[in-house]
Amino acid sequence: MRSQRDRTIAFLMLLPSLALLGLFVYGFIMQAIGTSMSDWGTNPAQPPLAINVVKSFVGFENYHNIMTDLLEFSFRNSLINTFFFTVFFVAGCLGVGLFLALLLDQNVMGEGLFRTIFLFPMALSFVVTGTIWRWMLQPGGGINTLPTAIGLPPITFGWINSREVAFGFEWADVPRILTVVGVAILSILALRFALSGRRRALMVVGGIAALLIVLFVAGFWNLIWLPLDTPEAEASIAPKGFNLALIGVIIAAVWQMSGYTMAMFIAGIRGVSEELREASRVDGCNELQMYRYIILPQLTPIFLSAMIILGHISLKIFDLVFAMAGPDNAQTVVPGLLVYTEGFRENSFAKASAIAVIMLFGVAIIIVPYLWSQFREASRADR
Amino acid sequence: MTAYTPRQWRRYTLRTILYVALIVMTLIFLLPIYLVVITSVKNPADIKLATAWLPPTQIYWESFQEVLVVFGPRLRNSVALVIGATAISSILGSINGYVLSKWRIPGEKILFPLMLFGMFIPYQAILIPLFDFMRSIGLYGGIPGLILIHVVYGLPITTLIFRNFYVDIPDEMLEAAAIDGADFFSIYTNVVFPLSIPGFVVVIIWQFTQIWNEFLFGVTMTANDSQPITVGLAQLAGGEAVKWNLPMAGAIVAALPPLLIYIILGRYFIRGLLAGSVKG
Amino acid sequence: MKSRLLLVVLVIALLSVFGVVSAQDEAPSGELEIFSWWAGDEGPALEALIAVYAAQYPDVEVINATVTGGSGVNARAVLKTRMLGGTPPASFQVHAGQELTGTWVIADRMEPLTDLFVAQGWNEAFPAQLIEQISYEGDVYSVPVNIHRSNVMWSNPAKLEEWGIAAPATWDEFLVACPTLQAAGVTPLVVGEAWTVNHLWESVALGVLGADGWAGIWSGETAADGPEMLAVWDKFSEILACSNVGVDSAGLSWQQAIDKVIAGEAAFNIMGDWAAGYMVTTLELEPGVGFGFNASPDTAGTFMWLSDSFGLPVGSPNPVATVAWLELLGSVEGQNAFNPLKGSIPARIDAVSAEPDLYNTYLQAAAADWASNDLAGSLAHGVAANERFMGDFNQVIEIYLASGSSAAASAAFKAVCATSGACG
Repeated sequence: MRSQRDRTIAFLMLLPSLALLGLFVYGFIMQAIGTSMSDWGTNPAQPPLAINVVKSFVGFENYHNIMTDLLEFSFRNSLINTFFFTVFFVAGCLGVGLFLALLLDQNVMGEGLFRTIFLFPMALSFVVTGTIWRWMLQPGGGINTLPTAIGLPPITFGWINSREVAFGFEWADVPRILTVVGVAILSILALRFALSGRRRALMVVGGIAALLIVLFVAGFWNLIWLPLDTPEAEASIAPKGFNLALIGVIIAAVWQMSGYTMAMFIAGIRGVSEELREASRVDGCNELQMYRYIILPQLTPIFLSAMIILGHISLKIFDLVFAMAGPDNAQTVVPGLLVYTEGFRENSFAKASAIAVIMLFGVAIIIVPYLWSQFREASRADR
Repeated sequence: MTAYTPRQWRRYTLRTILYVALIVMTLIFLLPIYLVVITSVKNPADIKLATAWLPPTQIYWESFQEVLVVFGPRLRNSVALVIGATAISSILGSINGYVLSKWRIPGEKILFPLMLFGMFIPYQAILIPLFDFMRSIGLYGGIPGLILIHVVYGLPITTLIFRNFYVDIPDEMLEAAAIDGADFFSIYTNVVFPLSIPGFVVVIIWQFTQIWNEFLFGVTMTANDSQPITVGLAQLAGGEAVKWNLPMAGAIVAALPPLLIYIILGRYFIRGLLAGSVKG
Repeated sequence: MKSRLLLVVLVIALLSVFGVVSAQDEAPSGELEIFSWWAGDEGPALEALIAVYAAQYPDVEVINATVTGGSGVNARAVLKTRMLGGTPPASFQVHAGQELTGTWVIADRMEPLTDLFVAQGWNEAFPAQLIEQISYEGDVYSVPVNIHRSNVMWSNPAKLEEWGIAAPATWDEFLVACPTLQAAGVTPLVVGEAWTVNHLWESVALGVLGADGWAGIWSGETAADGPEMLAVWDKFSEILACSNVGVDSAGLSWQQAIDKVIAGEAAFNIMGDWAAGYMVTTLELEPGVGFGFNASPDTAGTFMWLSDSFGLPVGSPNPVATVAWLELLGSVEGQNAFNPLKGSIPARIDAVSAEPDLYNTYLQAAAADWASNDLAGSLAHGVAANERFMGDFNQVIEIYLASGSSAAASAAFKAVCATSGACG
């Protein structure tokens, strides 16, 4: 069937997309990496916008600078903010989406109407959502004054203004924390593999855990997670942790995207055939058990898919934060925002590129293992 | 009169709780919309923090008039942009998905992840190289150039959705067609494409929303007369003293087309997601 | 016979070609793309100016290329992308001073306008200190259209009377009045989101250092971490203790801060005089009656200025039409067409006296100050320091707010001076 001619045609049909993406993604990334290793915009002696800009190669100096210099604390905070934002945003969307999907699975009247209502926030742009929620979360009005309508005292949380930090930690401790968490997760996986007799998987997981420990003990991470210039000053000026100011942004983002996750879950739940449900009822399951043991496991691929899509939105987030908190709110700064302001407001194009490259690197760390596991699974299925 | 059994009581109680929960969630979801709507019809001088939740004393329709003046030409641009970019990126995504799911391409296991990775780049980082490139090929400043940009950066997600969708089409169907003498293209047109409608719905809804609401490329890659509606929205919220009724009215107008898409295609959306596009 | 007729026709043709060519040398035509970030309330002012230009030069098609959002951030992004790509607009709005000089002039992207200034007599029409403060190495590169004042303190006269307080002339007077106001449940000084804190800081710094000391920061005479600067930070700390900073400030726009003053929830607010435009046009208050205005404490006699201006980029697609535009901008007619609608004062000192009825009470008072006061360039609005400095200065303020330490702020200020090259 699959003649050589057809296979060639197939490849040729894919080629334009590959070429376009090759240029627009990888070509431009290469340029960004190159720019990040120059001093374009970071050298006070060379005007960055000159017709013939003089750029010199500076190697990793920009990266070193943003990881250690006190004045670049915004960047380091932005990394931490992105981490917490992603965790809560994805968890929030999955949770709310699943909750709504389960509600709508109960054969309710007006299901179509409810579905459209919950899906509607997706129709808005992030700029609009940010503007609306900014208004709603102002300390003196909006949400804070709602309880007064039923006689309760108003809420006094500052939302975007808040400077409170929860789950505080030291910047220098991050490699240690990540290693501990990583080893813990891998240990749990190892236990599961051991119990189910999957020796090869057990060895792989054990190997990775051992590698993490060795890397940490050998101080490898200090090459990347550079020690700060002034750790005490940094700790007092820009404490690391979960900035509660992000809560407002998280709520706005979850409001916008949980409709989409809900739709995905509805589709997944519907995908569980009626016979399967009947069979489980016949076997004596009540509704709750049916959900927990039959339906939820079927939704695993959806969880993964949703996490990819939500993750890619959260890592790049810019419009929403810009509209809600502006470019100068230190508690809600995210890398996407910094790339914009460093590049186009301060003309430090090299620094902006360095931040963008680090964002990409962070993404790669998560995406690559996921895709690798996907394709190992696919290859196994092919055999 | 028959008494209700405990089981029936339980059922009614649960149903009531269900509807209450749904209504509470609806209220929470609609709260911001309520604010947008009442602010859009308020007189600018009446828009204050203290009275934000109160409905207007008189409806001020001028906001929408002003909005439509700003939006007029930009609405046309956005429509042209979205239709063009969505159509092209969904067709290309469909073909890519078809190739990647049903044909053995050398290196596909590497190529697909490499394609997917493109979804994640922050667009601010490649803005300047992109601008240089668009200018050098003469497409800077107009809608065709913007369509090209959105098509290219939409390829990863559309390919992902279609590939996952097509994986579920049994290979036997394609084998049967091939035995009957079909080649690459006729398999696509006769077997794959007719089954693709739910996939197209998912892709169209996603791309329509993304492209319609996109701002960064819309503002940096267009000249004055080819700006899309998102730039118009920013115009309304611009200036030193923002009259909030305008951006709110603008937000409503700008959100109508995607909303219409959801209302019309909403049913098919679920069906499309159901048909396998959600696979991890 | 025929050949002579042909010769005559040829000569006539040649003459008309030359005639047309020389006419094109003189009269502007073609397209003129005016790039700015004015929109909303500021839109009409620009449109009025464009209307005057269009009436004078009907052969030119003026394109009003406004890019709003983020108080110019989006416009700057678009402008920089275009300039780097070699497609500059005919002319673009830019804050006069270091925002122009430190970004575009040192990059050799702007044509000098010194000859134009001489030809138009602008060296006499604009204040000498202004020309001095926008020059770079002896040349001028932009035409200031309007002037806004940064160091203004706004209040509600009726409320002040109610509380028995007068608008303070010095910060010490303010600090004395502070406990009284706080006891009455009133915020003595209301501040808004991040940039308004920067705006407040420059008024405080000007008050503590004086016009000469302020200029000294940017020339290097005033040490960034010296005793004078430490005194500025210390004073700032005392003043912030009497404000709402950190309580609800980050979510307040500057208009909302002014709203609080008018509503009597706060006593004073330091903001640029676009606030007057807001109060007069949107809130429909009368200057001096519905709202009061004074120079920021300790800065009477000094006008801290910022200016929107236009220049001639190198490679401008239509230099003839652009120069005609610049000539209009610097003329009495142009400045009086633009400024009343914008809510600012002309940069020329002779424009308001030519048509005083166009300007309200506040603007006339401001114009009088403009003609007589010492001038100090605003930091927060692009006059005193380049874009790199302004961006990093946000970090300095953040460090200060988070640590409360003048020493830390001073050290950070000095570091930012070094990386940006803005302090002499």
